[in-house]
Amino acid sequence: MAKRIEVNGLDIYYGNFLAVQGVSMTIQPQSVTALIGPSGCGKSTFLRTLNRMHELVPGARVEGKVVMDDQDLYGADVDPVNVRRQIGMVFQRPNPFPTMSIYDNVVAGVKLNSKRMKKADMDALVERSLRAANLWDEVKDRLSKPGSGLSGGQQQRLCIARAVAVQPEVLLMDEPCSALDPISTMAIEDLMMQLKSEYTIVIVTHNMQQAARVSDTTGFFNLKAVGEPGGLVEVDATDKIFSNPSVQATEDYISGRFG
Amino acid sequence: MPPTTEKTRTRGAPQRPGDRIFAAASTGSGVLILVILAGVAAFLVSEAWPAITAPAEDIPGDDSFVVYVWPLLFGTLLSAFFALLIATPLAVAIALFITHYAPRRLAAALGYVIDLLAAVPSIIFGLWGVAELAPRTVEPTRWLEENLGFIPLFEGPASATGRTILTISLVLAVMILPIITSVVREAFLQTPRLHEEASLALGATRWEMIRMAVLPFGRSAIVGGAMLGLGRALGETMAVAILLSPSGNVSFNLISSANPSTIAANIALTFPESSGLTINVLIASGLVLFAVTLLVNMGARAVINRRREFSGAN
Ligand SMILES: Nc1ncnc2c1ncn2[C@@H]1O[C@H](COP(=O)(O)OP(=O)(O)OP(=O)(O)O)[C@@H](O)[C@H]1O
Ligand SMILES: [Mg+2]
Repeated sequence: MAKRIEVNGLDIYYGNFLAVQGVSMTIQPQSVTALIGPSGCGKSTFLRTLNRMHELVPGARVEGKVVMDDQDLYGADVDPVNVRRQIGMVFQRPNPFPTMSIYDNVVAGVKLNSKRMKKADMDALVERSLRAANLWDEVKDRLSKPGSGLSGGQQQRLCIARAVAVQPEVLLMDEPCSALDPISTMAIEDLMMQLKSEYTIVIVTHNMQQAARVSDTTGFFNLKAVGEPGGLVEVDATDKIFSNPSVQATEDYISGRFG
Repeated sequence: MPPTTEKTRTRGAPQRPGDRIFAAASTGSGVLILVILAGVAAFLVSEAWPAITAPAEDIPGDDSFVVYVWPLLFGTLLSAFFALLIATPLAVAIALFITHYAPRRLAAALGYVIDLLAAVPSIIFGLWGVAELAPRTVEPTRWLEENLGFIPLFEGPASATGRTILTISLVLAVMILPIITSVVREAFLQTPRLHEEASLALGATRWEMIRMAVLPFGRSAIVGGAMLGLGRALGETMAVAILLSPSGNVSFNLISSANPSTIAANIALTFPESSGLTINVLIASGLVLFAVTLLVNMGARAVINRRREFSGAN
């Protein structure tokens, strides 16, 4: 579990529109990598290329290389479905399946991966995943109730439980706390700190303090100019980025002196 | 947002004329619908009453009203049920193809054609059934009789003209296919992108994504669409009237020429030469159809409500 991802010279297109250009970075296993940057610079777009969700947009494509522990994710013989089974994702807006119970939400991915599972094993997995997402105590008495009946923060933790239930190698999170209150946000940050011992975590966030608190490595994305494609400006240890970045634009953005 | 809190706050506060007019107009239309419905029901009951209470020898066929209406009701339900059985899965499949598989151009064209089909008058389908479809079913029904004759549905003897319950079910299926398809397609299009992506991100294939996110989300629309179709099939008059040659039999045999008719077709065929109590009898059979349609709709509603919590509407 927990794999390293190497990205090399990645160009990302929507049709003919080059959205992100020339990203090269290494995402370390068992650590949290935060991606920050102004709106529209391509953080979500980049994140979604890591589990091949990007190509679901009609006309979308990438050029360049993404390699996860020697496996070229964009190799000709690679099935995107398998990539997504190894690389889980949590979205900006909590999206538990409204037509399923809390229990069924948690095992939704597992049911896809392994066809048959004993009831007892399934129960154990549900408890383990919900505990991992810090949600067990709040929902253990209403597992058969719909997932959409939970609060926003609980729903987001349910989505995390759903993502970790399939034991992915990597967990991608696109602004997972942006719809949540400070308390739920803290709960999810704590969760990330725990989860990183087992997973490779990549998180997109607009919250500078959050990036500083939870991440080991930070990548700063920016647009060179309006109309130009976005790109990775610099990536380094989080301490370094927040105390002494090597690029002026990073410094400006972090200190709020951004254009 | 002010508009939603307004209601609780403005007791006694001056109301704007626009709000008043709108409230009056919508309340009025609501009441009007109820009044019309009640009027129709009252008419049916009062006109049907003489037939229901009449002595057996006055009813056509010299037996009680129940005996008169039963084969018709049976024919109505049988043909509509099989029409639904054929049309619903097909409609769901077509809707899925249009919304999730077809290239965008083809999908738009197909959607357009389906909507056009929904507007074709039913008599056209009836004519097509008599002239085209019925003769073509003769060979296949013979085959069914020979090879699957042990199933009561295909017991035979196969009709030589093809004017059978099977044919009428097929015609009705074609007739209700567009309406079911368009209701279901509309619902599938509304499946939140968020939930489709959630399942894809878990590593679902396209079909698994459809089973996880699209079908459950469209469930109540499928039931609703099917009920609309069923309503149309139950009440269909002309296509059945010109296609079936009824003999008043009650049997599940779909392919023989000894068929029951349906309530609506029977009314259309019998009414012109009727007078006196026979008219009351026909109206009473109409009342039965009315009640059945109402029951079916309530049943469908119950099905939808039972899993309301999980409907995704909240
Ligand atoms: N589905 C799409 N089709 C076409 N262009 C898109 C699509 N999604 C995003 N883009 C474009 O790609 C660029 C990057 O968008 P992206 O959503 O990745 O930005 P972001 O950094 O995540 O911004 P935010 O912080 O606001 O979420 C933008 O110019 C955007 O308009
Ligand atoms: Mg984004």
